[in-house]
Amino acid sequence: MTTTAAAPRRSALGVAGDVLKARETGIVIALVAVVIAATAVNPTFIFSGDGFRDLLLTPSLLMVVALGQAVVIITRNVDLSVGSVVGLTAYMTGRLFIDIPGIHPALVFLAGIALGALLGLINGALVAFAKVPALVITLGTMYIYRGINVAWTGSDRINASDMPASFRGLGTQDVLGIPLLTLLAVIVLVFTAWYLRNLRSGRELYAIGSDPDAAHLYGLRVTRRVLAAFIVCGALAGLAGVLFAARYGTVSSNAGYGWELQAIGAAVIGGVAMSGGVGTVWGAAFGAYLLLTINRALPIIGIQDFWQRAVVGILIIGAIILDRVLALRQHRRLVAAREEVK
Amino acid sequence: MTDTVTDPATPALELSRVVKSFGAVVALRSGSLRLDKGSIHALIGENGAGKSTLVKIVAGLYRRDAGEFRLDGEPVDFHSTAQSKAAGIAVIYQEPTLFPDLSVTENIFMGRQPVGTLGRIDRKAMRDEAAQIFERLGVRIDPDRLTEGLSIADQQIIEIAKAISLDARVLIMDEPTAALSGVEVERLFAVARSLRDEGRALVFISHRFDEVFELCDTVTVMRDGSYIDTMPIADTSVDELVHLMVGRDVTEMFPKLPADIGEDVLVVDGLTQKGVFHDISFTVRSGEIVGLAGLVGAGRSEVVRAIFGVDPYQSGSVTVSGKALPKGNPKAAMARGIALVPEDRRKQGQVLEQTVSRNLTLAIRHRLAKMGLIWGGVENESAKVWASRLEVKTAALDAETGTLSGGNQQKVVLAKWLATNPRVLIVDEPTRGIDVGTKAEVHRLISQLAQEGLAILMISSELPEVLGMADRVLVMRAGRLTGEFDRSEATPEAVMFAATAEEVA
Repeated sequence: MTTTAAAPRRSALGVAGDVLKARETGIVIALVAVVIAATAVNPTFIFSGDGFRDLLLTPSLLMVVALGQAVVIITRNVDLSVGSVVGLTAYMTGRLFIDIPGIHPALVFLAGIALGALLGLINGALVAFAKVPALVITLGTMYIYRGINVAWTGSDRINASDMPASFRGLGTQDVLGIPLLTLLAVIVLVFTAWYLRNLRSGRELYAIGSDPDAAHLYGLRVTRRVLAAFIVCGALAGLAGVLFAARYGTVSSNAGYGWELQAIGAAVIGGVAMSGGVGTVWGAAFGAYLLLTINRALPIIGIQDFWQRAVVGILIIGAIILDRVLALRQHRRLVAAREEVK
Repeated sequence: MTDTVTDPATPALELSRVVKSFGAVVALRSGSLRLDKGSIHALIGENGAGKSTLVKIVAGLYRRDAGEFRLDGEPVDFHSTAQSKAAGIAVIYQEPTLFPDLSVTENIFMGRQPVGTLGRIDRKAMRDEAAQIFERLGVRIDPDRLTEGLSIADQQIIEIAKAISLDARVLIMDEPTAALSGVEVERLFAVARSLRDEGRALVFISHRFDEVFELCDTVTVMRDGSYIDTMPIADTSVDELVHLMVGRDVTEMFPKLPADIGEDVLVVDGLTQKGVFHDISFTVRSGEIVGLAGLVGAGRSEVVRAIFGVDPYQSGSVTVSGKALPKGNPKAAMARGIALVPEDRRKQGQVLEQTVSRNLTLAIRHRLAKMGLIWGGVENESAKVWASRLEVKTAALDAETGTLSGGNQQKVVLAKWLATNPRVLIVDEPTRGIDVGTKAEVHRLISQLAQEGLAILMISSELPEVLGMADRVLVMRAGRLTGEFDRSEATPEAVMFAATAEEVA
């Protein structure tokens, strides 16, 4: 074997091989298989204006939440409060349009993101400074944020007519046949992925999740980074809340209910390890698409209502088992590679 | 850093009379160390001599309570590992601390990756530099592979690569050879020498004298948290170093009471757990205290865990009073009268959040229970007896155990097991982290128990404790028994040699 140090730059073939081997590729293949199966049974699943639109649009909001969730999980934490943050910011969006007539939608976006970031900051501060596991802290704030939401909303609800058409257009407009919301979500995805891959602070999130003690010994600013991850997660959930109001028009006090678990499920299915340090936001995004697309495809394929939830569970457990098997194989391969070099 | 900037005669690092204590426990009484540029300095001492504390102060993990700390003549005071790193100090711990999920290159540069426009990490530059460092070190490690699955030796090379990329002036290696094979040690030494020749200062902590003499230029000996002596390696000998390391009298601290030694109680024959310990055979008789000495990591705790049934073993047998003990069954071991007071009393010995009386009765709850329930005063009755017998100092029996001092916690753990009426008592590091006064009490207690006819196996890394207490001393090194001494033959030197000397191949 030659020294790897002198190895030539990787060929195009090598890069293609890496893409094929990537964990994310498996999710995309599964997603395509689900779409093909559903379309075979009912061609309108994809071959109709609405079918294609729904395919892209429905998972967009969850995808934004799952991105933030993935960032937090990569640091070996978790945020259970994101569903409640979506609910609060969605309601606030409607309230702003009602209480401040003529407010510019851009300001509403900023307000939603800012509120989400603030709620994320509270989570992060409690986790980072109180040194209490994120699971417990965010379980608490999940109920608190939802409680505030219910107290604020009461039996009130925001209706589509409360919001200006220009804002609601966000949920219905297309650009070159692609829903505007989906485009927005993809822009956020590309930006987050770039950040995690290319900036020092992004890489440090992986390092912290991979081994927090080692991160401390390296002199990384662990507290600050974890805090930032929670703020990003909250801000993205806040953005999703504003988009929720734009897409659905109707916001009651249980908007975003249960999204935290779907977001975690999406991340896990996409190969983001709960033990931290592993996975990409691309995986989480594809996971969100797979999760919601399966939900829509199962009734079409003719699977009973009862089994639909079970299928989601099987998907999550299957993803975890797959990751475990791949990790074991990789470990053996890496150990073997070490022996070979000697 | 080369020596063009500063005067080569100024020590690279100088610590003098540094003190560090944790609560009542003084870990470092007076630590001093003076490192010259372009030299390799050995730091030796028994377990608990304060070497690790000294290193952690240099690394910025601990802050010293008193004393001077100079780097290249300038006084420094580190609050964090980042500061120590920025000052050009790199520490390589016995167990390397790397990120398994990241590539080798990322591990080297984490936190200070070369960046281009928009703060974007320049992956190519980073990878090239990693490859360059490996080439210079003459090692073959793929910079793109994940760190997971690398051998300890390779992980240490990555730590060294990290230090080089940091351009560290001072490189401290804490027992780097403990887990390495002969070839790997040679490679590490070659790297260390080339770093020395570049003008860096290196510290090499080791228990292996042959390595110290082969590699180092100067040696500093520590004992009981204090600086003892520094000398050029050429002017000293193994005998002198061993003497300096142990050099104290086995004092009155160990009130060994005469006991009648009876028949064999615990017989261990050919016990083997692959890769951990091999062919361990010994007996402990009633009334006898057998000391099990050796360095940390020699496999002593693993042996007793296997005897007690917590860990499995592949071959060999354990017999108690003539009856074979089933393997992997702590319940059976307890039923046969074995009690194990574990090494880490906080984690394995007791429930800190529970009351003293609950902890005291933890091992005999079945016996105390009537119809499956523990009624009212039974628990306290039993606890009162043992607390007074062992003189446990506690505000109340219903105080949380976590509030007691280390010594009293240890007594609680001891009492918990004594309540089971054991025939064999195994104690693992019974006095670690306990103040001197309570230490003597624990020693007297163990001695009394032997007098009452218990067979006692005592693991201890403190040589004076073993020599002062034991009727017989067994020594383990690297998973094998390497020495057995009667009380009369057990000298500090003999035991140290058995614990550290390299095997004759």
